[in-house]
Amino acid sequence: MKRTVPLIITATVGVVLIVSNFIPAFRAWGEEATTFFSIIAAIAFVLGGGSLLKVHLRKISDRNAGWGYSIVVLGTFFATLAVGLLKIGVTPNPAFPDMPWAGDVQARGTAFWWAYEYTFKPLTSTMFAMLAFYIASAAFRAFRAKNLEAMLLLGTAFIILLGRTFAGYWLTSWIPIDGPFSGLRIEELSVYIMQVFNTAGNRAIIIGIALGIASTSLKILMGLDRSYLGGGN
Amino acid sequence: MRRRLPATTTAVLALLVSGAALSPDAVAAPPPPDSVTAIDRPGDGGGVAEVSWTPAPGDALIVGWQVWRTETDSETGSRDAAERASALAAAESQAYDEAYARLVQVEGIAPEDAAVQARAEARDAVRAIARDPDALETTELGPHGRHWVLVDTVDPEVTSIEVGKLDAADRYSFMVYALEDGPNGGVERSTPSAISAEVAPVAAPVDLRRLPLLVILAVLCGAVLFFILQARSGRTLKIRKIAGLAAVDEAVGRATEMGRPILFVPGIQDMDDLQTVAGITVLGRVAKTAAEYDARIEVPTSRSLVMSAAREAVHASYLSAGRSDSYNPDLIYYVTDEQFGYTAYASGLIVREKPAACFYMGCFFAESLILAETGNSVGAIQIAGTAMPSQLPFFVAACDYTLIGEEFFAASAYLSGQPDQLGSLKGQDIGKILVGITLIIGCLAATVAALTGSSGLEEAVMWFKNSVLSA
Repeated sequence: MKRTVPLIITATVGVVLIVSNFIPAFRAWGEEATTFFSIIAAIAFVLGGGSLLKVHLRKISDRNAGWGYSIVVLGTFFATLAVGLLKIGVTPNPAFPDMPWAGDVQARGTAFWWAYEYTFKPLTSTMFAMLAFYIASAAFRAFRAKNLEAMLLLGTAFIILLGRTFAGYWLTSWIPIDGPFSGLRIEELSVYIMQVFNTAGNRAIIIGIALGIASTSLKILMGLDRSYLGGGN
Repeated sequence: MRRRLPATTTAVLALLVSGAALSPDAVAAPPPPDSVTAIDRPGDGGGVAEVSWTPAPGDALIVGWQVWRTETDSETGSRDAAERASALAAAESQAYDEAYARLVQVEGIAPEDAAVQARAEARDAVRAIARDPDALETTELGPHGRHWVLVDTVDPEVTSIEVGKLDAADRYSFMVYALEDGPNGGVERSTPSAISAEVAPVAAPVDLRRLPLLVILAVLCGAVLFFILQARSGRTLKIRKIAGLAAVDEAVGRATEMGRPILFVPGIQDMDDLQTVAGITVLGRVAKTAAEYDARIEVPTSRSLVMSAAREAVHASYLSAGRSDSYNPDLIYYVTDEQFGYTAYASGLIVREKPAACFYMGCFFAESLILAETGNSVGAIQIAGTAMPSQLPFFVAACDYTLIGEEFFAASAYLSGQPDQLGSLKGQDIGKILVGITLIIGCLAATVAALTGSSGLEEAVMWFKNSVLSA
């Protein structure tokens, strides 16, 4: 029973979504199904919040390594929750001046906006900025000319990198732009590699992915693949 | 080539037209097109109308056409509400400025107190305006006594267009303006054409335009089902070895020997993404091996539903390994939905715990390289699998093994070894053969059409692109 009911729900919703693609009368059913997913995900957030509290409270009570960070996590969690739910600093919507709670919690100047703009955004930007250094270290390892394939990769990457800089343009600027060899200019070679070789490889991967998705979906709809439910019968 | 302009209402249009007519440099306006007709596009999923018109006879100076449609009731309501909100906000701002200036400059009140009082006065002023229905002006009606929305501006040789993104539950009328080169490099617009009859862009019982997709789906599913039946009948199916999946035992074994944990990251998307489902499948297998080896596996998730599904999968794996007593649900926990918040946590975890094996199986974006490089820096054996083409190079560069696209989806069948599932992989191969044949035929047809200029082949290629590939 624990497996049968989810399998029936999965198969029914899957079939409805497929049919709604071809029979417009079923489209509303498909939209309903996706709405239900959002409702379930919202309810499941309570589970997530519970898990977050449990993990960090235990860390604090056990004085595990880094328990101080857990205090920061829980403190900011409750602070953000309070700022959002109590609409701190929110001015009433001018269109509904008699309703003090009608203002937008994310509007410029609110406490929630301030926390997002001056705390959250700089932190996420910092994480994203670190990517540049990781790319450099990964490229250094990937482009080591160990064998023929690695050398080809290195050569191609070198052309692409040069093609995106002024140095690449300058190095082959002596080749006439309207002459028969204009395709050998580094910026042209870079575009050609991206448009032809890279696109071809990418599309091959995408076609494989599309077929894999179709096949996996069919297995899940038919109940052949139950691993996402923990497998078994 | 068509040029698309942002939609605006015809109040502006009416002003422009009248302004042009009053200008001393004005030339005679071009004649509007005749017989504007609009019909519902047949056999579609609704929301599309076909609009056509006939150019006025003898006018060879047309440089384009502008097609407009009537505004729906809901659009009128939204526009009215937006205009009302904007007008009220402007009135509030003006009332605040006036009150603040009076309080500070005339009454000599301190700026902080003046701001509070001015805000209260502004709110009162807005309340008074909001209660008076005549206090706010509304946009005037356009030609034919209706509100209009610009649909498209098209080239002169075009005399019919398909108008999409319409609401199948609404009714629409259309009108067209002729455009000619005007004085001073501008464009002269004709008077509005007659209004078309109302059309409701309703849906057909079956969306025939998606028929090619249905055929492709039927062929693919048919091939998969055929091979599943073949496998059930006892036919031996050979599946090539996937190095990344074969290395699962090696990675878990290494973690056990080193006495360090295993980290499993199931991507950052929810359970409605098939990659996450595939990731949970691999997690089941990894968890089973970990249970057998008595290794600790930690699964931080970025979605609550994924946490629940992962707990279920890991619990089942521990049960099937006969180690249900070792199962600890607290090692599968929710972190945050935020991409970089999750990345920061997972990176910190890797640095602190120094896991011996890291698995990245699911849907990843920019965090892929941050996670994989951090794992690499602590010397973990790393296996990744994703169907995000843009992230694959990063995983290939930083991980020991990578499941590329379809390999990732094949993991479930490969790991289970069940005939049913292996049959589905063979069916997938038939799909690949069909795609390969179609690619070759399409490339040949397009090349021959380009070399010979054959209009028949060109039309065939265009039909294929517009119907089959875009279905």
